[in-house]
Amino acid sequence: MPVIVDQDKCIGSGQCVLAAAGVFDQRDEDGTVLLLDDSPPAESLDDVRRAAVLCPALAITVEES
Amino acid sequence: MTGPHRIAVVGASAAGLTTAKALRSRGYEGTLTLIGDEQHLPYDRPPLSKQILAGTWEPDRTALCGAGELGALGADLLLGRSAVGLDVAGRQVLLDGGDRIGFDGLVIATGVTPRRLPGAGLAGIHVLRTLDDALSLRLHLLGRPTVAVVGAGFLGAEVAAVARGMGLDVTLIDPLPVPMYRQFGARIGELIGQLHTDHGVTVRCGAGVRRFLDTEGRVSGVELTDGSVLVAELVVVAVGARPAIDWLADSGLPHRDGVECDAFCQVIPGIYAAGDVASWHNNHFGTRMRLEHRMNATEQALAVAGNMLGAAREFAPVPYFWTDQYDARIQAYGIFPADADIAVLHGRPADRTFVVGYGHQGKVAGVLGWNSPRELRTLRQLVVDRTPWPPKASLREAAVAELPDQGMPTTTARH
Repeated sequence: MPVIVDQDKCIGSGQCVLAAAGVFDQRDEDGTVLLLDDSPPAESLDDVRRAAVLCPALAITVEES
Repeated sequence: MTGPHRIAVVGASAAGLTTAKALRSRGYEGTLTLIGDEQHLPYDRPPLSKQILAGTWEPDRTALCGAGELGALGADLLLGRSAVGLDVAGRQVLLDGGDRIGFDGLVIATGVTPRRLPGAGLAGIHVLRTLDDALSLRLHLLGRPTVAVVGAGFLGAEVAAVARGMGLDVTLIDPLPVPMYRQFGARIGELIGQLHTDHGVTVRCGAGVRRFLDTEGRVSGVELTDGSVLVAELVVVAVGARPAIDWLADSGLPHRDGVECDAFCQVIPGIYAAGDVASWHNNHFGTRMRLEHRMNATEQALAVAGNMLGAAREFAPVPYFWTDQYDARIQAYGIFPADADIAVLHGRPADRTFVVGYGHQGKVAGVLGWNSPRELRTLRQLVVDRTPWPPKASLREAAVAELPDQGMPTTTARH
């Protein structure tokens, strides 16, 4: 189940890291999202979905298969 | 199961749409009616005063969901329809045109309406709340008018930054002593005023608007309460907003500054509120609050959907919000009372890379980061934990010497 991030939309809130730290990180200089794992394991999917819902910039898409 | 099976959601922006989606994702299978007073499909508002106004995004990038996703929601979507009344006893929403929508569960998510100033009916005076407002304002800014922005809160400061970025002559006006005084207090406000001054905006704080100058029905200037007169061919009024609750006036529901909910976002059994319109008791801070922040719309909507379906969970978040102005990304967690203490927790204000903490009633009430997103995310925990003030463990020795008194200017330069 692929995860896609839109760095252009990202506003660096870091909500994704709070929700799913193993899947997302933030760039040092401006906090922009870094995707650590674009196919996260099943046990982290609820956290990843939560990150996508909470992202205030709507920069995360989880492609449900 | 005795949960609701006919839910109406009034308001089809972030809070309303998120509630509807969350109800479905939590397994709600009953009737769902989503009512919005704009013709547009649900869209996101934070980009309006940033990318849309600046023209760097096409309007369709603000869509909150695609048409397919909306269809999959299985909701009756009534767009361009306003709620004009609520019959609580009969459990019906009254719409313009006379229709009545019955419900056994109701979500009030009607948001806010911009405040206006007397005499602001002149041509050339704008407000910014909707996508149409933003597109109209952008079109008029492209005519390169001299701009006055009245109100230096989030919206006014962002509009001033965008207009200045377009190379326009911009004056930012507020009766309070510095921009964003109400949000962040005097010291950070001074720094924001300096940011605008550095970018060529004329910051006129400490004087309000006495009247708009009228040249044949079109605004030509602004007279301030100190007697000075500014030329302005375009005025943006950004003096805050009031909850959109006129339709509830005769409903008997409690409402003053917003719809008054309990700690579970419930107004009365079966009726909930979410987003900018909702005032609720946040037990994390032990106080009632109403937030016009994007993040809160989502979080509160999720809480409301859960509680409607029986979760019985208090909504007690640490609020998050942000603003982007020029090269400054300012982010904040928590609350920022006017009488809070302030201390630098990371970095240096002089470098415009820092985090400050706000102490109130003996605890860390909020943390604000200026171009420090990663550090702020870590320091957020101080607010989550209600850490005693001052948070000595996180105050590096060197940071003590960098308190705002040293790091920040004490006066805002004025033109």
